[in-house]
Amino acid sequence: MTLLTSAAAAVICTIIWYKNAPKNEMKVGILCWMYWGATLMWLVDAIFEYVELGAEYFTPAPADMLNDLFLGLSVVVLGLIIWLVILLIKDPKGVIKEALKKKKDV
Amino acid sequence: MACFLVPAAEALVTTLAEKGIEKKENDAEKEQNGAEQSEFAATAKKPFVQKLKWLRNLLWGGSALLMFEHVWHGEVVPFFPFLTAASNPEDAAEMIHEMSTVGVAMAVLVTLVWAGMVVVSSRIEKRADAEKVSAK
Repeated sequence: MTLLTSAAAAVICTIIWYKNAPKNEMKVGILCWMYWGATLMWLVDAIFEYVELGAEYFTPAPADMLNDLFLGLSVVVLGLIIWLVILLIKDPKGVIKEALKKKKDV
Repeated sequence: MACFLVPAAEALVTTLAEKGIEKKENDAEKEQNGAEQSEFAATAKKPFVQKLKWLRNLLWGGSALLMFEHVWHGEVVPFFPFLTAASNPEDAAEMIHEMSTVGVAMAVLVTLVWAGMVVVSSRIEKRADAEKVSAK
């Protein structure tokens, strides 16, 4: 479920990035790399688990599935927070710089 | 247990390599300053260091999110020894086994995917350059 959630996030972010390319004002590329990196790593984890459990891997207990979904969503939110912090620090549109300048002038 | 440490270590190495290459390229650019622009600069080709950034971002991003998963499962804690498995030899052995199998496989897969991206992008760039030359 975690793999599925991060893969879905990676696909959505890639579509958003492609739609806005070559403009990259919102730095959506950061999100794409982050989610794809995590997806690839969880894919390896899933393969190892599949080798160990066999077909049982595809029939998890509902409680485990819910916990994994909760974890997946939390991971997506954490990724969004990391992206937001990077976006605000890099401030590609100069919004924060402008606001601070205005405050100083007043 | 701590499989994310292997891609994180690779990310660190990639970052250091990137900084080194970037410094070298900057020095070379300074030397070239004022002289005729090289054929390389005239093309739309992305420098290798730019492509190395793709790998760095994949590795750091993935490792950060995976670390969160380990915190979630109580395998990483905010106090010494930080990895719960490191507190007793039996678990530590299991952790090292996991790192050497799952962790290494993660780093290898990410690197392979990146290598594939580099090959494909190089081909696209070559084709674009060839089209530019034929248009002239």
